[in-house]
Amino acid sequence: MTHELTTGSLPAPLRRPAPRWRRLASPPVFHGFAGRLVPGFAGLATVLALAGLWVGFAIAPTDHQQGEIYRIIFIHVPAAWMSMFIYLVAALHAGLGLVFGTRLSPLMSRALAPTGALFTVIALWTGAAWGKPTWGAWWVWDARLTSELILLFLYLAYLGLVSAFEDPRRGDGAGAILLLAGVVNVPIIYFSVRWWSTLHQGSTIRLDAAPAMTHTMLAGMLLMALACWAYTMAVALARVRCLITERAALEAQS
Amino acid sequence: MLIAVFMRELLLALRRPTDALAALLFFVLVCSLFPLAIGPDAALLRAIGPGVVWVSALLAVLISLQRLFEPELADGGLEQWLLSPQPLTALVAAKVAAHWCIACLPLVLAAPLLALQYGLGGETVGLLVAALLLGTPTLVLLGALGAALTLGVRGHVLLALVMLPMSVPPLVFGCAAVSAGQQGLPAGASLSLLGACLALAAFLCPWASAAALRLALE
Repeated sequence: MTHELTTGSLPAPLRRPAPRWRRLASPPVFHGFAGRLVPGFAGLATVLALAGLWVGFAIAPTDHQQGEIYRIIFIHVPAAWMSMFIYLVAALHAGLGLVFGTRLSPLMSRALAPTGALFTVIALWTGAAWGKPTWGAWWVWDARLTSELILLFLYLAYLGLVSAFEDPRRGDGAGAILLLAGVVNVPIIYFSVRWWSTLHQGSTIRLDAAPAMTHTMLAGMLLMALACWAYTMAVALARVRCLITERAALEAQS
Repeated sequence: MLIAVFMRELLLALRRPTDALAALLFFVLVCSLFPLAIGPDAALLRAIGPGVVWVSALLAVLISLQRLFEPELADGGLEQWLLSPQPLTALVAAKVAAHWCIACLPLVLAAPLLALQYGLGGETVGLLVAALLLGTPTLVLLGALGAALTLGVRGHVLLALVMLPMSVPPLVFGCAAVSAGQQGLPAGASLSLLGACLALAAFLCPWASAAALRLALE
């Protein structure tokens, strides 16, 4: 209290301003900041995706075991990476929001989750499309597939929970607790499912046992991964701008 | 106060035994439906028995938890919990412990009967009971977190959506313990992992549930 009084009475130049990056935690400031970043990331995503697809489909050689069908990894692997990474980032924002009470953090979690769920669906879908010609089955109860499916359920639970409350603050808090509980649970789920699948059947075809990739394949995959990053940034920032505006309108009403 | 909360739950359950026994009846019913759907093939039933009993137990726990905190929210008891000198975490733990005694203990006691119906042998039945004794408290703790998070939401599908993905590890380890016993393999590792899940859940879930309840009462 006294601290505020003294700083309030000081002349303006003597007040120490908050560091610039910390001012970004304020929703109105971040709204403008995000608006400047969105076109850049959107353009970057387009360029990187075009380059990655060109490298992946035109330059990279045909795999001697799997033929042309392997090319689906240029979409599948980056999507699977992003699906897990976005969950971690959303949970990080949820933790920040719970600890520091920042108003922006829950909005970031909300903005990231739909994109994470989308990437999970893409990873599952492309995995099924790859599995049918290669393994001979659309779906195998393999550890990776099963844990990815449960990750999708965790995303859906989060999206369902935050949209269930009329009071958005309650939805923010409940969603944050759920995301953090999910982060504690994700490694346990992964290992339980892994041991479960090795218990029931011997090791089937494993992705990590595939022969080493050539440079062009790796380059295509990395380009696509970067494209997915840029796409996620663009979409999440655009979505968070909408959420900030929506929340401001709600607060103006009440 | 903690003992009072615990005893009050037990007393309420004694006064209204149908509520408490609903989970048990649901468990027995679901277990009995599977042979009707699959057919009376003894070998097949023996193979799927542990999984059926575990999934039925999970669903019965889910059903029993749907109104865990709602009576307290309606009669203002939750506000008194917040005001009381006892920590909210401890009160939630007492409530969860009482709920386990009311809803899950009968279920664990009835499980050997169902296991015999599925043709499981004597030692396997013992393993099933041990696995259920270690696993159902974890399920109740996770479900209590789900119930606290979804408190006041209309419709109960959300609780299933929140609780079921998180219940995968106890389900996997519990079924693995029983299956290992059936195949004559040591089941100690799975039981230890179930115990580890329980320890972690008992440490974190009441705390997270208390945070969720505080949020619901804001």
